[in-house]
Amino acid sequence: MSDNSHLLEIKDIHKAFGGVQALCDIDFDLEKDAITGLIGPNGAGKTTLFNVITGVFPADRGEIRLAGQSVNNRAVHERVELGIARTFQNVELFENMTVLENILVGLHTRTRCGMIDSILKFPRIRREEKQARKRAAELLEFVDLADYAPRRSSDLPFGWQRLVEVARAMAAAPRLLLLDEPAAGLNMSETRRLGDLIHQIRDQGITILLVEHDMSLTMSISDKIVVLDQGRKIAEDTPRAVQSDEAVMAAYLGKAQH
Amino acid sequence: MNDKANKIAYAVFALAVILLGWQVDNEYYLQLMIFIGLNTLLALSLNMLMGYAGQISLGHAAFYGIGAYVTAILTTTYQVAPLLALPAAVGTAMLVAWFVGIPTLRLSGYYLGMGTLGFGMIVHIVFREWSSLTGGASGFVGIPPLEIGPVVFASGKNYFFLVWSVVMLCLIMCRRIIDSRVGRALRSIHDGEKAAAAVGVDTKKLKLQVFVLSAGMAALAGFLYAHLVYFISPGTFSFVASIRIVTMVVIGGMASIWGALLGASLLTLLPEWLHAFSEFEMVVYGLILMSVMIFLPRGLTRGVLDVYERYRKSHER
Repeated sequence: MSDNSHLLEIKDIHKAFGGVQALCDIDFDLEKDAITGLIGPNGAGKTTLFNVITGVFPADRGEIRLAGQSVNNRAVHERVELGIARTFQNVELFENMTVLENILVGLHTRTRCGMIDSILKFPRIRREEKQARKRAAELLEFVDLADYAPRRSSDLPFGWQRLVEVARAMAAAPRLLLLDEPAAGLNMSETRRLGDLIHQIRDQGITILLVEHDMSLTMSISDKIVVLDQGRKIAEDTPRAVQSDEAVMAAYLGKAQH
Repeated sequence: MNDKANKIAYAVFALAVILLGWQVDNEYYLQLMIFIGLNTLLALSLNMLMGYAGQISLGHAAFYGIGAYVTAILTTTYQVAPLLALPAAVGTAMLVAWFVGIPTLRLSGYYLGMGTLGFGMIVHIVFREWSSLTGGASGFVGIPPLEIGPVVFASGKNYFFLVWSVVMLCLIMCRRIIDSRVGRALRSIHDGEKAAAAVGVDTKKLKLQVFVLSAGMAALAGFLYAHLVYFISPGTFSFVASIRIVTMVVIGGMASIWGALLGASLLTLLPEWLHAFSEFEMVVYGLILMSVMIFLPRGLTRGVLDVYERYRKSHER
């Protein structure tokens, strides 16, 4: 059944909170090395779907498969290790830690040093630490924030914190990167830069699922758009086709008429 | 980064310990400094859990007590050599922490506080009521002194150097953990457990690990305490003792290795200095703790650094 070109398969996902059906029968695949935009009015279930994919809570029914392998029974941190990384809608940096340390925590799944190792400080641990710091510096270079490595992450302007969070997610060497409204709170030039950055990330062979309210950004960078409304998938097509889709227009305009 | 500053701090610290141990002959002062050492161990152990990982424990004296009682029972009732009782004492506390930690660490915030509080009370009651084993409320008498080979750790000086060497080792150990991958992951849990998990930190496992480590260090302090005073009673390991350890951490400075030393020193020395106030002793004690928290809310270590920074900035202008 599973096709090699699909990195993530979302199969028949249902999720209810009490009496509210947050997700109903969600079913789509993410193409490898593509950018998929996930859009929909507020409360459509986008963030809920993110949480189901990353394992914050389990789906009531259905399956999430990464590269043909079910991740349903995996905890959040295990899914990161398997290659699913994410950013948060309202930026969740470790604010008492420096920018560099934030990236180093991002490298957690790609390093091995345990508690006893850290006390005994074997040469291999020193080497690992050195390599981790080098990799972290590269990632900060990638988002153009190398000069801010020793600063406390909360001292950075919001837009830059976003970039740190992206770099931190990249540190886990993910196969799939979930970006939850990465452009929220960014100005126009920052948003343009973010678009370029997302393209560069995709070019490194990382599949991207993007939730975003900035339509011009989403439409311009996505290879495919999935539209959710009230917990259901109402469209899945190219950006151009989705823009003229009647169900999509109804969902957005219908909301406006209320 | 500040590796050098760290090494200098250790060197100064080691030198101070050697000088004090060498120059001070007064048994009372030696005893006082030994207690500062034991309290530093306790504060340090709780600081790893509370200051760095952000998990509160209001029952830490239980592990201190387990360390003390296990060695007391083994060395006195069963005549085991103290050096063999040490791994048993520390190991028991760690094992208990592991079993208690699995359900308790699912809680967070106030609930974790309540959970650990309950645990501390249960252990205290066991010490007091299981008389056949622990000597009950009247305490456990006749614990032998520590002997390592030909050296008997009975005199104040010997014990002073023993305790402070252990403190030094534990300081280095904690510093190394904090500066490593594990330490960063711990601090990330403090800043945001959700985000920590989302970058791949196994938060449950790590919290349990640090809880077990912390219990082990507290038990080590308990072991040293038992062989120092030869007599232990449940009162030493009560709820009040747990709160005192928390106070040391908060006053000294959360998430600060040296803060543990400062907090422990202040809370050990204050009652001694305040004898002059006789019946007002506790009032003055409380007032001092309150003022520290009001004027240096981040604790002594950070507080002093903050004041220094402000002073430097105002002079630059």
